[in-house]
Amino acid sequence: MTLTANKIALSEKYTALFHTHRSTLDAGSSSVLNRMREIAIKRFEKAGIPGFKNENYKYTNLERVFDKDYRHIFEYELVDVDLNEAFRCDVPQLDTHVVLLVNGWYYAKNQPLQNLPKGVAVGSLKQVANEQPELVQEYLNRQAALSDDPIVALNTAFAQDGFFMYVPDQVVVEKPIQVINIMRSQDPIFATQRNLIVVGKNSQAKVIFCDHTMSACDFLTNNVTEVFVGQDAVVDVYTVQNQNNQANSVNSSFFKQGTNSNLLSSVATLHGGLIRNNLKVEMAGEHAEANLYGMSFTDKKQHVDNFTNIEHAQPNCLSNQVYKYVLDEDSVGAFAGRIHVVRDAQKTNAFQRNNNVLLTDSAKMNTKPQLIIDADDVKCSHGATIGQIDEEALFYLRARGIGEADARMMLMNAFAHEVVQNIRVEPLRDRIDELVEKRLRGELAYCHSCDRH
Amino acid sequence: MLTIKNLRVAIEGKEILKGINLEIKAGEVHAIMGPNGSGKSTLGNVLAGKEEYEILEGEILYEGEDLLELSAEDRARKGLFLGFQYPVEIPGVPMVNFIKTSVNEHRKFKGLEPLTAGEFLKLMREKKELVHLDSQLTNRSVNEGFSGGEKKKNEIFQMAMLEPKLAILDETDSGLDIDALRIVSDGVNALKHPERSTIVITHYQRLLEYIVPDHVHVLYQGKIVKSAGKELALELEEKGYDWLKTHSL
Repeated sequence: MTLTANKIALSEKYTALFHTHRSTLDAGSSSVLNRMREIAIKRFEKAGIPGFKNENYKYTNLERVFDKDYRHIFEYELVDVDLNEAFRCDVPQLDTHVVLLVNGWYYAKNQPLQNLPKGVAVGSLKQVANEQPELVQEYLNRQAALSDDPIVALNTAFAQDGFFMYVPDQVVVEKPIQVINIMRSQDPIFATQRNLIVVGKNSQAKVIFCDHTMSACDFLTNNVTEVFVGQDAVVDVYTVQNQNNQANSVNSSFFKQGTNSNLLSSVATLHGGLIRNNLKVEMAGEHAEANLYGMSFTDKKQHVDNFTNIEHAQPNCLSNQVYKYVLDEDSVGAFAGRIHVVRDAQKTNAFQRNNNVLLTDSAKMNTKPQLIIDADDVKCSHGATIGQIDEEALFYLRARGIGEADARMMLMNAFAHEVVQNIRVEPLRDRIDELVEKRLRGELAYCHSCDRH
Repeated sequence: MLTIKNLRVAIEGKEILKGINLEIKAGEVHAIMGPNGSGKSTLGNVLAGKEEYEILEGEILYEGEDLLELSAEDRARKGLFLGFQYPVEIPGVPMVNFIKTSVNEHRKFKGLEPLTAGEFLKLMREKKELVHLDSQLTNRSVNEGFSGGEKKKNEIFQMAMLEPKLAILDETDSGLDIDALRIVSDGVNALKHPERSTIVITHYQRLLEYIVPDHVHVLYQGKIVKSAGKELALELEEKGYDWLKTHSL
């Protein structure tokens, strides 16, 4: 089969799947989501699964993972998850509100969260869309629909549930909300998850997404998360990706920032198969600030691709990106960072850096900055490095009696630390430091403590 | 303490050391002088265990043990210390962690318990004073943003923390102003002990006014062409290295 034929076949496969299950999809969700499906599937059908010819997916072949056969869960099925077990996998000493999602669905046994500030809603997207459709409707798909990415359209066509959070104006949610996404099944499944986070004017919230697998199956998840950061709001979104190495995922996040808002996004990729993270930020108000960090530690045949796209639509905004990769064995990494400064977005500050360490000759890194600057009074910079462990530094440490393995570890930790240190939740920062060290020592199972797999 | 016999060393196929013989006894201070490119730093690096060198011939005995068989870290743990000519900056590794790990690795090797946080801080404070190291510097990453002089002080500070048996100071004087030179020398002299030996590698005689050597060796084109007492340093300074060329021929 030629590539093109395969592409058409793939596109047909998912389109047919959609039409066959259309009524089940609708029945298992809410009209707010259902009414977006038709347009979305048409958009998907036109473009299909992006292949190498798609400039945005140049370094990541999604056809390979979308080609496999998966089971789809269009009707909610309760898969029991022991909360303690889930906890052990995560950030235990962290004082958070915990919410579980299993196979893309909001877990039916989640307890209602206690002591949330007044007016704050956290729960199932499907449920809130049914109960308060106008609240969800105002935001859902407002950012994602602007994307020309067929994978995002595919999510919109199939999405039934996910995580929802709403913080009204003038409210500070001090305790982080921890969303634990668990994939658990005895057969390969494909999950579509749709998340929506709305943080009102002058409000603050921190959300931690922890992606895990609780069985050794092949998985494919197609997640879309939209985050609306209101005027003067401060929002942190942390993501810890630690799935089994047969778990593939495409995660597309869309952020829209209001005037004077402050966004921090930090993604730590520890284990997983093929992972593609799309991150789009629209700076829609002046004096907005976005700090975007990523770190990735890969080995074996892992493949991690971060694609960022920052739209400086207003003057006087600041965006700062630091992405770091440590690649071992035959793993492959990619980073592509697009910054677009529109014509009148003067006094823009946009910085981007991608530093990579290759530990073997067979590991591979692709890095591509793309700056499109249509304003004339801006400060923009980008830089990328690909290198090995600094042998001079290694010798210096060894010459002080520090063993080679420990010295290497110190240097790799130091490399990652620049990203870790920007985490604004201290216990999470300590925990990630610990996870990174374990990962580098090879002691971290893809799901730490779930050693029975 | 240290015996070097007919040491021949090459890097990338080029022979740098062409048969070095040297005997250093406990408590002695030896100076190794020579023009640029004579192999001084190579000798220091080979002793400390840098791996990119090829040993063509010869042996090095350190306290009766074959030094070339030991890893760089084991040499350090057994009391060998190299003060680097160009200490490397290591962003992201905090000075305090680095020194603590280093000190405790040395202790572990000797079968001692790690220092408690209190003991460690006390020791660090003491030794920092010895070389007038700015307290702020130990809050930074290793050598990051240190001036040339601060880097050299930091080397001597580490030496003071680790109390080595054999210290090799590679051009510790280069780039130091006279005040810093005095401080660094005082630090080295304060650590002097009948059981400890020092090899001072230097281009100039000035440092040797402060750290007085028992023996001076002149390294030229990979060989020790002359060994004598401390007066040799003065003679060299007066006549310059050109004098060697005719002299050694």
